Order: sequence, then structure tokens, then C-alpha cells
Amino acid sequence: MTEPVLSIRDLSVEIPTRKGVVCPVDGVSYDIQPGEILGVVGESGAGKSMAGNAVIGLLNPPARIAKGEIWLNGTRIDQLSGDAMRRLRGKEIGMVFQDPLTSLNPLLQIGDQLTETMLTHLDISRSEAEQRAIAALQEVGIPGAADRLNSYPHEFSGGMRQRVVIALALCAEPSLVIADEPTTALDVSVQAQIVALLKKLCRERGTAIMLITHDMGVIAEAADRVAVMYAGRLAELGPVREILTSPSHPYTDGLMASTPLASRGKSRLHQIPGSMPRLNALPDGCAFHPRCPYVADKCRHDPGPQGVEGRAACWFPIVRERTA
Amino acid sequence: MLAYLIRRVAQSGLVLLIVGMVAFGMFRFVGDPIDNMLGQERTQEDIDRLRGQLGLDQPFAVQYFRFLENAVQGNFGVSYRQGRPVSDILLERAPATLELAAVSGFLAIAMGIALGVFTAIRRNGFSANFIMSASLIGVSLPTFLIGILLIYIFSVELGWLPSFGRGETVRIGNWTTGFLTETGLKALVLPSITLGLYQMTLIMRLVRSEMLEVLRQDYIRFARARGLRDRVVNFRHALKNTMMPVITVIGLQLGSIIAFAIITETVFQWPGVGLLFINAIQFVDIPVMAAYLMLISVMFVGINLIVDVLYFLIDPRLRADRAGAH
Repeated sequence: MTEPVLSIRDLSVEIPTRKGVVCPVDGVSYDIQPGEILGVVGESGAGKSMAGNAVIGLLNPPARIAKGEIWLNGTRIDQLSGDAMRRLRGKEIGMVFQDPLTSLNPLLQIGDQLTETMLTHLDISRSEAEQRAIAALQEVGIPGAADRLNSYPHEFSGGMRQRVVIALALCAEPSLVIADEPTTALDVSVQAQIVALLKKLCRERGTAIMLITHDMGVIAEAADRVAVMYAGRLAELGPVREILTSPSHPYTDGLMASTPLASRGKSRLHQIPGSMPRLNALPDGCAFHPRCPYVADKCRHDPGPQGVEGRAACWFPIVRERTA
Repeated sequence: MLAYLIRRVAQSGLVLLIVGMVAFGMFRFVGDPIDNMLGQERTQEDIDRLRGQLGLDQPFAVQYFRFLENAVQGNFGVSYRQGRPVSDILLERAPATLELAAVSGFLAIAMGIALGVFTAIRRNGFSANFIMSASLIGVSLPTFLIGILLIYIFSVELGWLPSFGRGETVRIGNWTTGFLTETGLKALVLPSITLGLYQMTLIMRLVRSEMLEVLRQDYIRFARARGLRDRVVNFRHALKNTMMPVITVIGLQLGSIIAFAIITETVFQWPGVGLLFINAIQFVDIPVMAAYLMLISVMFVGINLIVDVLYFLIDPRLRADRAGAH
């Protein structure tokens, strides 16, 4: 096995509040291999974005990493100084945000935003940076790239802006891209294009992607492996086929059953009863037990094993007989 | 852009007309200038004759129209009190006020923006909190009190700076300046602090809150996520977006610096147009008051116009004539 680009070990993020400390990310571990796309799914507040922010060092205080380790290409990065971390951002880790309408500075031309990012990280001249900026825009499929350098963000449509954002995130050729809900704010017709673009660029360059989303369709489309998060913990982690077709955590199972599929016909859509508990009101035992159809006594007292690759965070994982 | 400018200039003209009319209407209630102009030993004939001479027996509309007609030609009449053309008196007094306003405006903008940015970036720092608390003084104390306090501390107790007047001035053409002499510069210090303090704290607090708002925006997060240096994020990405609403307020505040110079000029006996206006009110010197009010409104309207144009230059989204290709 090659060395993973990103390796998260037992990561916990905590936020001290007046009512005590809450843990939006609680003992999560996963790896991402070079060129791999890891989908991170879960409901809002499950801790998927928080984990991403922890990796890139942009947790909003007072949120902080409480324990665990983050390794990037064999270097531990969770203890780096502010400036050392800043140098990594953009250069080694790129990030794509959810809303392309608000993630570009409205008063700066996109060419400026591209060149300033490259000049910060790469030892190149301004004219060289401009050449590269044109190339970057061409790569993400912006027509007439050379003429668009002087355009302002408001002169682009939403989909085009997300392409610009991707160009910005990738312009210093990072080895890892964290895409935080990159398609959520876009039209359905554009979503597929953006996912395909992200996938293509990363395959070409061998860039690893942490694809944070709650859209199972996007996961099925793009991800190689999936990490399912629930209430800050990793519920299940495995290859996308396995998770989609034979989930072993009851939560994943419910999630799959609630995804609308044309093949299911007009049958009533399944729902997981109840909602995810708030972080300051987590139940004892397994956080999912109040909603779990297979709940047993043990689940109410004991939180269950930590989820890792190939083992769901559940006392009684669903076992399916291999049909193959 | 041109059509926009023309429309704005036309609007400005209308505003001036209305301001002039309101001001002119109010003068009728300030008092009767004839009382002051003629001594105790006056006859009804004297009064009627003078009233006819000054045109005060005419109906309001006629008086206003005549005023406008003359004003457009730059003729604001003759001061009742000094017997000299008002435009001469204003021109003579203007440099004092403009120099004072320029220094306090510069102080207010430079210090206000610098402190605002500082307190926004070091949001929870001790010095930022201290500055914020101290700024409450600037916002809440009335101008005249600040002036008197400054005079008490720096003129009376410490004896460092003069308490009134402009000091020595140098005459360059029609302009008298206090910038070139030591006493002139010293005399500027206290009045300009007094005049600019309120605007400074206002600008500072505004810049701070706008900047905090901008720093929360996604594009700032994205700029940080791209590893840009803090200096670049704060000053290139955040400050520019902060300046949009700040410019409007700064524009209006510059106008009020000149307008409210009246109080500071009275406290420091500063020989500017504000002091002239106060004296004119006491004497019901209508031509001087009218000219002063028109001058101030022209200034306000002009500043607003400039602010609108600046908006245009800063925000690409307003430049409608740039055809955005989609």
C-alpha cells in the first residue's frame, strides 16, 4: 500500500460552550490515498465539514483539535504554527467551498485572484503566473479564458464561478483537495458537470479529494470510498460499492433506503424516524440508538466500537449473505 | 456613466433649490434686520425707506427669486452689518474654515480607518478593547465640552498650545494660510482635534463593524484557505470591501465637519465662516446667512456626488456600461 496523502488518526474537535464541551468530531480516523476520492457523508451537523476545517487548519475559534493526529504526505500537520499551516493551505491542500456566489471576492478580477494565489506559493514571475492563470481557466473549461482574466466574479454564472473556484483551489497543484459540498448550491444540471470536472482534474494529476456532501447521488457518481458520519463519529467506512449495496451500520442502511431511486418505482420513500441529536444532548450509549430499528439493551449504555475501515461502529452490524 | 452623472447633477440642482427656499423662508422668523441697522432715534419713514431699499417689502416669492437670480451670477448681496459684498467676506473667511476642516478631516479619516482596522483584526486584544472603550468618549461628549476640556488641559494647565485664534498667517494671493508659521500650526492642533474627534470615532467604529462583517464572509475564508498572507487577506481582500459603506459615511461626515465647524470655531474664536454665521444670526444679517447656507448645501451636494462617483470606481458591479459577457 502506498503512503496515504492524508491520514487522520483518532481526531476529535471540541467546542467549549457555556453548558460544557461539545464534540462535533469524536475520534474519527480515515486515510485518503493519492488520486483517491473519499466521500464523506452525513446529515448537517454530523461533523463532516468540521473535520475538513480541522485538516486545513481553519477551525473557527473556540473550536479546536482536542486530540488525535493529522498527517499529510508523511508529515504531521495538526501541531504546525500558524504561518507554517498557512503555507500548506493552497499549496498542499486546496479547498472548494459550497457557494460559488459568495466564495469569490466581488471586487477583484478573477485573474488577480488566481495570480495572487500562485505568486504566494510558487516561485514564478508575474507574467508566468498570468500564463498559468489562463491555462488553469482553460483546464476547468472556461471559454475564452485569456479574455476572462479581467472579468469580475459577477460576470460569471454560478456554474462558471464554481469552475473558477476549482481553478483557484487547484492552481498551486495541491496533493489534497477538500471539496465541502461543492455542488449543493448549484443547479442539478450543472452539478454533474462540476463533479465530472473535479474527478477528471484529480485523476489527471493524482490529486486526492475529500468530497464532503450529503448527496448520495454525488457519492455514487464520484467517490471511490465512503466515510459515513453520524453525530461526530465515523459510522462506517468502506469502498463505495460495498457501502451503497450492503451497508452494515443501521444508520447507513436507513440512509440508503431513504435515497429516492427511480428503480424503486412509486413505493413510499423510507424515512429514518426522529432526527440527529444535538451535540449538547447526545444520548448515552450509541448516539444512533433512539432511532435504530435494531436497538438492543447494550446499545443504550455502551457507545459501541469505533468505526474503522471494514468495521462499522455498531454492536450488531447488519450481516448480509454474499449473493455472488 | 455620463447619463448617470447628468441625472445626478440635475437632482443635485433640485436639492439646492429646495434648500434655498426653506432657508430663505426661515429667515423671516429670525427677526427684523431693520431693528439692528437703525439706531434708537429712528422714524417710521427711515424704516420704510430702508425696507424698500433692501427689497424686504416685497412678497416672499419675489425676494427668493431675486436672491436666486443674483446668486447664480455669484452675487450674494451686501452684508447688512459690514456693508461689504458677502462674497468678499466669505472668500476672506473661507481659508480658515477650510484649513481647519481639511486637517480634522484628514485626522478623522486616517486615524479612524487605521484604528478601525486595528480593532477589527485584534478583536479580542487588550489594546483593541481599550481603544473601543475610549472611543465612547469621542462619541458621547459634545464638541464644545471636548474643546473646553482641551483648552483647560493644554492651554491653561500645561500652557503648550494657544487657546484661541489662528496664530500668524501667511498670505498667498487671496488665500491666507496658517500652515506655514509655527504659531499657525500650533493654533490648528486643538481645534482640529476637537472638530475631528467625533468623526474619527464614528469612522473607526463603522470601519470596525463593517470589517468584522466582511471578515466573516466566504470569500475571506476562501482567501485564507488558499494560504494568502494575513496582510493580503486583511488589507487587499477585506479592507476594499469594507470601504464601500464607509465611503458614504465619510463623505457625509466631511460635509458635517465643515457645517459643524460653527461650534468649534465659536469655542476657539476661529475666524472662519462658522463664526461669521453665528455673528450674522445675532445681527439678522440675511445675505450672509443665506450665502452661508447655500455654500454649505453646495458642499454637501457636491460631496454626495463625488461619493456616488467613487462607488462607481470601486465597485465593478455598478459599472453598468461594462457589458458582462455571460
